[in-house]
Amino acid sequence: MPEEWTVSAITRATLPVLLGLTAVEIGSGLVLGTFEATLYRHPSLLVLVPVTIGTAGNLGSILASRLSTAMHLGTLSFAPTDDDLAGNALATVTLALSLFPVVGAGAWAATSLTGAHPDLAVWTVVAVSFASGAALALLAVGVTVAATYAAYRLRLDPDDVVIPVVTNLCDVLGVVVLFAVVQVLV
Amino acid sequence: MSIRDVAADAYREAAPALVASTLGGLFAGVVLGGMRAELRLVPGLLVCVPALLATRGNVYGSLGARLATGLHQGLIRAEFEADDRLVAAGAAAMANGLLASAFAAGLAFCVLLALGRTVAPLGTLVAVALVAGLLSGVVLTGAVVAVVFVGFRRGYNPDALVGPLVTTIGDVFGLAFLVVGVEVVLGVA
Repeated sequence: MPEEWTVSAITRATLPVLLGLTAVEIGSGLVLGTFEATLYRHPSLLVLVPVTIGTAGNLGSILASRLSTAMHLGTLSFAPTDDDLAGNALATVTLALSLFPVVGAGAWAATSLTGAHPDLAVWTVVAVSFASGAALALLAVGVTVAATYAAYRLRLDPDDVVIPVVTNLCDVLGVVVLFAVVQVLV
Repeated sequence: MSIRDVAADAYREAAPALVASTLGGLFAGVVLGGMRAELRLVPGLLVCVPALLATRGNVYGSLGARLATGLHQGLIRAEFEADDRLVAAGAAAMANGLLASAFAAGLAFCVLLALGRTVAPLGTLVAVALVAGLLSGVVLTGAVVAVVFVGFRRGYNPDALVGPLVTTIGDVFGLAFLVVGVEVVLGVA
């Protein structure tokens, strides 16, 4: 946070990180570009894109901020049997497992309601959403725990480092996982 | 607390915000699903979509965080007036948002060209990103300032309001204004 509230001071403080994150996001756009034709053929899959990316990032950032708070309070230890670690990881996976089937059904219903031809069966879209969500929850837990542990070892404040890293990395993983699941199921 | 208690607590705390942002994401998806014609008209635009949406979140989320900190520290007042600091923060957010949008379009063009994929002319892609960036910048700056100020006056913690607001409004308006950008740029050209 710059002391000075001028356009140049704020730009100096934020632009380098912003351009770096933008470059990472172009990576996820390139993955999206490789299955462009499939997405245009099946609009319900295109509808899933923003919500899959967004929810993956949100799951990661919620877990990151809870682990970071536990770390600041000194109650966190990096062992699989640690209550804070295992409990929060379990909550992340449970949230994903309960939310993503509804997301799939919602995407299918929204596509039908907006007049586009519902090209895929509702259960296919639900299966794509559920499988992506389950895989993403596990990846989000892995990435977040690894990033929080790295911040802890490097003595960095996890609030500054972990959330931007996790959110943008989960964006990219969201597209990659969706791509992989679509290849298998559609 | 046992693992089960921690998990139940975390689930209850996160679920409402997550459900709200999921609804916003589905809404954004409907807009994206409805813009297939525009995406086909400008090859390469789909590659820019994640970067352009993330830019809105990164830039206007940080504007919201800065305004909230400024209010807490007494650097700015929750008044809709042409205060120097407020204008500078808004102008910097707009400038950074436009720079990042043009950078995303330029980078996507170069990478797609290098990979030998079909891509619209550089000028078209950058112009669409700039038009969409400008329009969503105006809406988001206004929305962030209004919500942070009104929230602060009513005694809410502005930090808790900005995140969900920016993600939801940013995605929906960001995509809708991309459609406008394509129509404006291809209409002029």
